[in-house]
Amino acid sequence: MPSVPRDYIPMLLVPALMLAMLPLVGSMPTWVTLTVAGLAMGMMIFIMSSGLTLVFGLMDVLNFGHGAFVSVGAFAATLVLVPMQGWIEADSLGQNLAALGLAIAMAMAVTAALGWVFERVIIMPVYGQHLKQILITMGGMIVVEQMIHVVWGADHLPMPLPAGLRGAFVVGDAAIEKYRLLAVAVGLLVFLVLTLVLNRTKLGLLIRAGVENGEMVEALGYRIRRLFVAVFAAGSALAGLGGVMWGLYKETLTASMGGEVMVMVFITIIIGGLGSVGGCFIGALLMALTANYAGFLAPKLALVSHIVLMIAILLWRPAGLSRK
Amino acid sequence: MTDALLKLSGVHTHIGEYHILQGVDLAVPRGGLAVLLGRNGAGKTTTLRTVMGLWQASAGKVEFNGRDISKLRTPDIAQAGIAYVPESMAVFSALTVRENLYLAARNGPMDTARLEWIFSFFPALKKFWNYPAGNLSGGQKQMVAIARAIIEPRELLLIDEPTKGLAPAIIQNLADAIRQLKGQTTVLLVEQNFSFVRQLGDTVAVMDDGRIVHSGAMADLAADRALQERLLGLALDSHQ
Repeated sequence: MPSVPRDYIPMLLVPALMLAMLPLVGSMPTWVTLTVAGLAMGMMIFIMSSGLTLVFGLMDVLNFGHGAFVSVGAFAATLVLVPMQGWIEADSLGQNLAALGLAIAMAMAVTAALGWVFERVIIMPVYGQHLKQILITMGGMIVVEQMIHVVWGADHLPMPLPAGLRGAFVVGDAAIEKYRLLAVAVGLLVFLVLTLVLNRTKLGLLIRAGVENGEMVEALGYRIRRLFVAVFAAGSALAGLGGVMWGLYKETLTASMGGEVMVMVFITIIIGGLGSVGGCFIGALLMALTANYAGFLAPKLALVSHIVLMIAILLWRPAGLSRK
Repeated sequence: MTDALLKLSGVHTHIGEYHILQGVDLAVPRGGLAVLLGRNGAGKTTTLRTVMGLWQASAGKVEFNGRDISKLRTPDIAQAGIAYVPESMAVFSALTVRENLYLAARNGPMDTARLEWIFSFFPALKKFWNYPAGNLSGGQKQMVAIARAIIEPRELLLIDEPTKGLAPAIIQNLADAIRQLKGQTTVLLVEQNFSFVRQLGDTVAVMDDGRIVHSGAMADLAADRALQERLLGLALDSHQ
């Protein structure tokens, strides 16, 4: 049996970057804090980006309105978090997490439903027309943002962390924020579930095959249109989950918060390789870690670190990390 | 006329501003192997894609088992019992050989006996079972594409230029495999390589400029060199 060639290099980039930065940062506690913060931010960016990369890879849709689902997810979570304020402020971590879990479920349900409507009303008429997709999805995002203003008002909305997730663990001299550990755990869980679904289920195989050749999937007898809608709704739900995580990280919500992260989201899916969840995962971690290290070592460079990283990766692999 | 499993009557297909099929009349007898010959650009691939619903016929009728399928969507046409092996092979390169076949088995797990039957004429598939299809050679990809089409019984198999770009040894292997399929299912085979299909076909139709210009028994065309030269011209010489 011939051996299957595996591309290990992208997988090694994240640990290589982390180790390379240790001597430059100089202090182990600072390095630990920066690294955990970078990993947490990377996981949140991954959660927000993973749906978009699948939508683009499978449906060839440039959804510039993806940020709307991030914002709606965060605001929808308040529908649960506000009435359950008692549980959020309770001393019991179990009650904190239960309230947060329900808020996430609400956010994902609302954004999945919104995604389904968005695909039917806004995306369906412009399949195969990229310029129109960009224009109409950006328009859709503006409409959704204004709807958020109508429902929740134009003021910033506070989104405090549950009591049990405030503060930090101190390990040696390093401070590690509790919420960042949760973000890392949720990001890993999402990555694990997506990887299992894509690689171990027929649905996942259909999505991967559809990303590569949708026409052939149809010729095998599968209705790829239904798959499109399901993936779009799932991608929107992931954006909603990312919105909740991002909102808790920022502890304040604005209608434009989704639009503001879209630059990072697009850079992530481009450097990861469009359509690749694994590439998106590595790309998000690289981007967030680079921004954190750059912010500490050369603060002025942090402003352009995303772009520099994207240029470097695309010069090396023009189609992104996941494709040689 | 024998019972036709697939029948095209006056089929026209437009792709953008181009009028590709200009009234195609074609009958594929049930249980036989029909060959569609013609030079590059004659409309052979468009005919298969129109049957599969990948391009919609702008006029005319496509009947399968007596049922008009010209307005059906591609998945419904596939579910009606037509399997398609495109010219590009279109294997899913990121998926393994096993996953490619598993996906094509719509009705449940793959039938082990049928799989062994496929391995009997495509042994390379067994060897590369868990190997990404994108890493296989052109001939092996063609084997995956055909195996995918026959992993479950289908009434009609459409195969588009399976020998294109393949080495002579692989072509002979393919011919043996297609011979195995005869009798198991009805086949419509599109080709330019006359020397490949003359040994396989029961009936033949020749296309030119989007129309069928000849149809009849393969044995008659194979025996009539003047007719071959008139219908196929230089293309025939280059393959003999």
